[in-house]
Amino acid sequence: MTSLRRILTGLLWIGPWLIGFALFTLVPLTAAGVLAFCQFDGLRRPIFTGLENARVLWSDPLFWKVLSNTATYAAVALPLGAILALALAVLLNARIPGRTLWRALIFLPTLTPLVASAMIWMWMFNGRYGLINQALGVLGVEGPNWLSDPRWTMPSMVLLSLWSVGHAVVIYLAGLQDVPRSLYEAAHVDGAGAMARLWHITLPMVSPAIFFNVVVGIIFVWQVFAVPQIMIPGGGPGRNAYFYTMYLYDVAFRYQRFGYACLLSGVQLGIILLLTVLAFRLSRRLVHYRGVGG
Amino acid sequence: MKSSRIARGIALAVLVAVSAAFAAPLLWMVGTSLKPQEDISTARLTLLPKHADRTLQYARENYYSGRPRFLDDKGVERTGYEGVLTSENVHFVLYLRNTLIVALLSVTGMVFSSAVCAYGFSKIEWRGRNVFFGLMLATMMIPFPAVMIPTYFVFKHLGWIGTLRPLWVPACFGGAFNIFLLRQFFMQIPAELSEAARLDGLGHWGIFWRIILPLSRPALAVVALFHGMYVWNDFIGPLIYLNHQDLFTLALGLQFYQAQHGGTPWNLLMAACSLVTAPLVMLFVLSQRTFIEGIVTTGIKG
Repeated sequence: MTSLRRILTGLLWIGPWLIGFALFTLVPLTAAGVLAFCQFDGLRRPIFTGLENARVLWSDPLFWKVLSNTATYAAVALPLGAILALALAVLLNARIPGRTLWRALIFLPTLTPLVASAMIWMWMFNGRYGLINQALGVLGVEGPNWLSDPRWTMPSMVLLSLWSVGHAVVIYLAGLQDVPRSLYEAAHVDGAGAMARLWHITLPMVSPAIFFNVVVGIIFVWQVFAVPQIMIPGGGPGRNAYFYTMYLYDVAFRYQRFGYACLLSGVQLGIILLLTVLAFRLSRRLVHYRGVGG
Repeated sequence: MKSSRIARGIALAVLVAVSAAFAAPLLWMVGTSLKPQEDISTARLTLLPKHADRTLQYARENYYSGRPRFLDDKGVERTGYEGVLTSENVHFVLYLRNTLIVALLSVTGMVFSSAVCAYGFSKIEWRGRNVFFGLMLATMMIPFPAVMIPTYFVFKHLGWIGTLRPLWVPACFGGAFNIFLLRQFFMQIPAELSEAARLDGLGHWGIFWRIILPLSRPALAVVALFHGMYVWNDFIGPLIYLNHQDLFTLALGLQFYQAQHGGTPWNLLMAACSLVTAPLVMLFVLSQRTFIEGIVTTGIKG
């Protein structure tokens, strides 16, 4: 009796989340699962069409395009971001004058609202008057039309993603400051050089933080939307910067093909779950947790 | 020791260069917002306008009063433009008001509900708690697009499309990540405190309200701060749910400056961007520790 009362008390306290979970996750997810097999224009009743959407998806060149665009972006932007963040964190961890100032300046861009950063970078990338091409002009280089040249739209997006690396820098920096000094001293006594210390002490010690950031990155990279949508709606020339969620949004809210859009969102969910599980599998070999196991 | 001094010099040089590169777009934004229209299309790599002594006047025109008429470089008369804060075409102040309404309701709901749920996940022992907790952690992986379409139709049935409600009501049910964060914090509060309070005759609500909440102010501040930033940033929500200019949030409203007929008024757009970014920068300067500690705890112990 008391145990039942306890369960009810517990459920009551987590009630807000439980109701929210049912309303905004469980029901929509189930509905999306059903709609993925229907034709639905948002006005008339959904018509069950079985695997028709899946057949369309398989031969939809735009689906494959946004899939490969997003995968490419993830494969380039995530590792580059991790390396840059780690490098900056290592530098900031050294005893260097003005550390707080440099840290603040590197962190500042992450505070800029996404919409504002999209607009700022449209202006930065402006072919004639943008800061980047003006600066390149001073060096005697003629910069490309970043956002209207099909070869440069994707690199522009990657460059822009690196601008907001400050978040990761702060996390890695805290990880580095947790590394016991004695480890470095011991390594120094054993004659380990700077690179050896980085490879054998620093990297393993911050690997949990790197792993966490990579997982979050995988989950979010598939949802990239606001910035490219504002800067180059439709993905620019050749649709080379057309990302998965942008296509999903267009299919649903521009073309009113809600059934097909639900299938697209289901595939996206599947990809994210798969990659996250893979990352966790891999982490058992690559990530070092202090105090756990050996 | 000499080689380490050289290494430190190199590290400093790299850091200065990188910091400058990171700050450059923001400086460029502010610089552009201080220039008159005729300066925008003359390629000059300067932070201040050509007539630097008129910077304050230009700033006033771009941000506030606008400009009736002006002469361009060749002495040709041009039609003027409206300042960001007083423009009748782009209601910046209205968008700001809408954003603040959503932020206030959403943050209040999010902080309170997340704290209640976190209490249920940490301070009460009950069978099945861990199952629900695991389920909640798993939901953090579900991306918004996966539930976006059916959720849109739920709100449509309720008649909420074209109102601010879809932007704040869901927050009143708490958020998985924030609940997780607060639970971790509550777990660190010694059980003896709750025990002593119980002996004094306090029930769960009393313990929550009088003991746990006051002790958790730093963690609650982190949740409020991050959720407030989320609301300030949210683009896809307003884009889907709002259909009338009068209810647009800042994130959506800024788009009106973008070139509708060719030339984007970059000086005005950058003034608007500066206004949207400034509150967050000020918040950061005032509460740098909360920020950094928040990111660190969410990033590492997550």
